[in-house]
Amino acid sequence: MNASLATVSYIGSTILFILSLGGLSNPETARRGNVFGMIGMAIAVLATVLGPRVTPAGLPLIIGALVIGGSVGLLAAKKVQMTQMPELVALMHSLVGLAACLVGFASYIDTTTVFPTLAEKSIHEMEIYIGILIGAVTFSGSIIAFGKLSGKIGGKPLLLPARHWINLIGLLVVLWFGRAFLHAETVQDGMIALVVMTVIALLFGVHMVMAIGGADMPVVVSMLNSYSGWAAAATGFMLSNDLLIVVGALVGSSGAILSYIMCRAMNRNFLSVIAGGFGTGGGAPAARGDAAQPAGEVSPISAAETAELLRESRSVIIVPGYGMAVAQAQHTVFEITKLLREKGVNVRFGIHPVAGRMPGHMNVLLAEAKVPYDIVLEMDEINEDFPDTDVAMVIGANDIVNPAAQEDPASPIAGMPVLEVWKAKTSIVMKRSMASGYAGVDNPLFYKDNNRMLFGDAKKMLDEVLAALKA
Amino acid sequence: MQTAAPAVPSAGESTVALAPEPARAPQLIGVPRETFPGEKRVATVPDVVAKLVKLGFAVAVESGAGDASNFADDTYRAAGAEVVPDAAQLWSRADIVFKVRPPAPEEVRMLREGATLIGFVWPAQNPELMQQLAARRATVLAIDSLPRQLSRAQKMDALTSMAGISGYRAVIEAANAFGRFFNGQVTAAGKIPPARVFIAGAGVAGLAAIGTAANLGAIVRANDTRAEVADQVVSLGGEFVKVDYEEEGSGGGGYAKVMSEGFQQAQRAMYAREARDADIIITTALIPGKPAPKLITAEMVRSMKPGSVIVDMAAEQGGNCELTEPGQAVVKHGVTIVGYTDLVSRLAKQSSTLYSTNLLRLAEELCKAKDGRIDVNMDDDAIRGLTVIKEGNITWPPPPPKIPAAAPKAKPSAAPVAAPKGHGHGASEPMSAKSLAIVFGVGALLFLLVGLYAPLTFLSHFTVFVLACFVGYMVIWNVTPSLHTPLMSVTNAISSIIAIGALIQVSPPMTGTAADRPTHIILALAVLALALTAVNMFGGFAVTRRMLAMFRK
Repeated sequence: MNASLATVSYIGSTILFILSLGGLSNPETARRGNVFGMIGMAIAVLATVLGPRVTPAGLPLIIGALVIGGSVGLLAAKKVQMTQMPELVALMHSLVGLAACLVGFASYIDTTTVFPTLAEKSIHEMEIYIGILIGAVTFSGSIIAFGKLSGKIGGKPLLLPARHWINLIGLLVVLWFGRAFLHAETVQDGMIALVVMTVIALLFGVHMVMAIGGADMPVVVSMLNSYSGWAAAATGFMLSNDLLIVVGALVGSSGAILSYIMCRAMNRNFLSVIAGGFGTGGGAPAARGDAAQPAGEVSPISAAETAELLRESRSVIIVPGYGMAVAQAQHTVFEITKLLREKGVNVRFGIHPVAGRMPGHMNVLLAEAKVPYDIVLEMDEINEDFPDTDVAMVIGANDIVNPAAQEDPASPIAGMPVLEVWKAKTSIVMKRSMASGYAGVDNPLFYKDNNRMLFGDAKKMLDEVLAALKA
Repeated sequence: MQTAAPAVPSAGESTVALAPEPARAPQLIGVPRETFPGEKRVATVPDVVAKLVKLGFAVAVESGAGDASNFADDTYRAAGAEVVPDAAQLWSRADIVFKVRPPAPEEVRMLREGATLIGFVWPAQNPELMQQLAARRATVLAIDSLPRQLSRAQKMDALTSMAGISGYRAVIEAANAFGRFFNGQVTAAGKIPPARVFIAGAGVAGLAAIGTAANLGAIVRANDTRAEVADQVVSLGGEFVKVDYEEEGSGGGGYAKVMSEGFQQAQRAMYAREARDADIIITTALIPGKPAPKLITAEMVRSMKPGSVIVDMAAEQGGNCELTEPGQAVVKHGVTIVGYTDLVSRLAKQSSTLYSTNLLRLAEELCKAKDGRIDVNMDDDAIRGLTVIKEGNITWPPPPPKIPAAAPKAKPSAAPVAAPKGHGHGASEPMSAKSLAIVFGVGALLFLLVGLYAPLTFLSHFTVFVLACFVGYMVIWNVTPSLHTPLMSVTNAISSIIAIGALIQVSPPMTGTAADRPTHIILALAVLALALTAVNMFGGFAVTRRMLAMFRK
């Protein structure tokens, strides 16, 4: 295969990748989109392997690496539970980041590439430097995100004193070594700068994600998604490969848009999320002391009474949150939904954009439990329907249904769009205890007259509700 | 057509007369027997008597007033009322008279000078009665003139409570005249189809009829010119039938208005269609101050199946059906047409209870001090609307209430649905000119720097990069939020395109001067990178595929 043919193949696979992402605009076309993605990837790999840049001598190694890596990947994809999707995605981001680092290093020590002018050499080295930088941050950040999501590392934000200064110093050091790197005479000299930068980048990635609380994870995961794309794009520049550049840019902008959507859903500034430490800013705790403090009795309800309430209603909206994922309750939720729908109850789901630990997490869980997607609605679609709803059931969610976001301007989550479950005739909140959500904000919803609390593990309580409904 | 008063926030309670007055004797509420032929209701039931006494009033009931609705004189006595043997004595002694029907001329003559009368009066239909009452220097509160838009007034809304009862009773009358079951059954003797009930007008009476018929198991279809009641119809188990014509029929104050000719034509076609299919038709269409609209023509009656039933709840105002004979049930063309005008009286105990509760709520409003004396406060929107004669001066019709009549509806349901929101994300609201200028400025500066220093080969890649970012931006905004997780896993899989970088490092064609190339290290790094990206490549696509397979309708 000659160079032109390889290039044309790259164009073909670029188009397929774009179609693949475009297909995700609805579930019907998404399946086909995924197939496009696979074909695109296959074409790109084949065109490279058969192209002029790879000699047959390397084939056994290439096939070996693909088979080993591929089988690990397939196994993971098969074994992973849908509740663990955020962890898996975070782990995969780290692999992309690491691969970008490795390719960057390999490219640097490869002396066979010759450059006609000094400027081109500088540009090339700058690309290597930036590529490794992004790759390293993605790698270590994703590893920490994985740890946090899987519970191996605590979800609480780690806030070092003067953390912004630490980051700033890190940045300056990176810039200084970047200059040294560009002016390095030999590969050995440059290597020192490169390694120092990599270490700082790794530490920066760790530090950045450690400082972010559990509820902000959707932003972090999509941000790392974005970084892995930029790392690929930087590698593309480094290797003068347009396919990598295009794909990297696609993935990068995808992650960036997702981060933006997530931030907006929490009514927070992207920078403040990244800077970390929710609810710890000055003023917020003080403001919580006064009249805004909700007081009063919460009214508990039993599983049997819940079933009674559901049976007698005509319209039910279920609002799932991270608690449902933790308790693995989505299948029971579906059983209840099915039963109620057979009885003619209009059951729908209201999904907040940041419910769960990654964008779209709840949708995937409900889809896994076979809940038809046309009754799973976005916040904007369903919010105005709450006043006509008999029962709003909140399963393991807290901040996303907190009326303080609308009613209390002093609340740390003021202005965040929330699902207005309290406008339903009755709302039922399933929770393990009265503990506050990740934002650490008390929830006045619990004290409202038309709210009932169903305490206990979501799975266990829903099983009881289901049993009572069947009885 | 009637409906419940739309909930509008009340304008706030007006101030109660605070002036401390010398203690006065409590006023006597008189409850006469209804004299109108066929009227079985009574204005006050024993339970309410007890509560009126608690408010400080004395209560006198004419002997036999509650007989028709099964409330004996003794139960009134037990509740604390005095039972007066004849009407003349009661009327002459009472300070306040609680009535159901408008008083007959001889009753008005018995009314004490300056007394207060509370009950249905229908001032628009009864101008002579109004004159007679004014001549007696009476104060008259017409329960039918209640401003129903005030949410505060709903507890006093006797029209609504009576309409609900008549709607229920209409279904019962229909069931009585109808020769079949309402619900479908499969029995050993064969399959029985459910009855098909069509209800014209989904006001309070119509909605009550829908709920009752649906609970009996019938298939219920209903129509109303006001599109906004469709949800209420569905919520009660009915199906809303639309007229194939665009026009909004809300006439303010919760009533419907007269519709255009084109609409009426489309409506007639729809009624003709429904009449052919229906076993039972219940009509409730009223337009205030006008004869009832003729919705069901003789032709439509003829098209109905023999044994079908029409209950015409508008019979008193002339009927919605051309063949209705008010006050009677007749059989025409094999169809029973029920035109009873006393549906409420046919459920006398229930309607008396609800009506007297409405009056009790009114008494509470009038007597906030609980001293057994009423204060007709004309500053109170609800009381002002009710009061049609104040101390001999006719105060009807009242000035329009200050509240916005039926809050100008922001176009009914159809409009918002029609405008797709394109997921309602970004890009929808244009940036302000200032921030746009800043973005453009920064962009121009960046491009300038790149253009000044970057070599040409870099620029071609840069072009590709910038364009790809834009393509990504456009494509990703179209992704539906429910697919954000698959989006992340698929972009993850795609970003393993970085494998290309590793591939070309594994075994590049050597070009002579490769002596000092650390081939083994590069090879090791490249193979490792390749294996890592392969995990991503295969795993990412596989898990996306697994997830997408789960999304189903």
